[in-house]
Amino acid sequence: MVSARGNPTHEFYLPMKTARNLFLVLAALTLGSVSRAQVKVGDNFPAIKGAANEAVSQIDGKVAIVDFWASWCAPCKASFPAYARLYSVYAPKGLVIVAMSVDDDPTDYARFVKRFSPGFPVSLDQGHQLVRQVSVPTMPTCYVMDRGGRVRFIHAGYHGTATDDALQKEVELLLSEK
Amino acid sequence: MKPRTRIALALIAATLAVLGTGCSTVQAVRVQPWERGLLADSIMDPGRDALGSAMMEHVTSSREAAAGGQGVGGAGCGCN
Repeated sequence: MVSARGNPTHEFYLPMKTARNLFLVLAALTLGSVSRAQVKVGDNFPAIKGAANEAVSQIDGKVAIVDFWASWCAPCKASFPAYARLYSVYAPKGLVIVAMSVDDDPTDYARFVKRFSPGFPVSLDQGHQLVRQVSVPTMPTCYVMDRGGRVRFIHAGYHGTATDDALQKEVELLLSEK
Repeated sequence: MKPRTRIALALIAATLAVLGTGCSTVQAVRVQPWERGLLADSIMDPGRDALGSAMMEHVTSSREAAAGGQGVGGAGCGCN
């Protein structure tokens, strides 16, 4: 670049269009890299719009367990009989279980449900709308809520009888609360 | 503003952008737990076919002089 006086300069020149595009790319990267806040004990369980909301709206005012699972997740599959037992015992006392599948392909979800026919309500979190908001730490993860919709207990992963026993105690505790 | 100052500012801005936008190793991209369906597929397991793996091990050992390349038994005592 040459100045008005004819002397070479070392101006740092960036065209406006390039600067705007650079800004947009950096803004997108920044927004994409912001880590989503995980739902923690004491938080209110998020409400969302869409199909998954119908399933999650069942938990309003009830002691509830929301479990995130997938057809490709072996520990999730192992946890299903335990949830079925829990549901059969405590549903008459007011427990609601909603098992949200995070499968990408709805046919995988449908095939799994048809094959294993879980004995409790299941639903598909289409487009990962809910799980993105909740930001589960691992698969499976279940959230145990009190009647006020507040998350009281979180179980990351399924650890067999240890998880079963803990869930039973927690459900009994929450059902006993007025 | 002096050219050196501008370059320094540009470098600082670029460094901040790299560090703050997930492009650094400190904040590596993480596949979320609910996005691991493809990774959990059996096709992603290189040892999913035990018979095929055994055959390939035999071939590489006998035809390519790579005996022991897949790991050997024993703890170095020479008794195996």
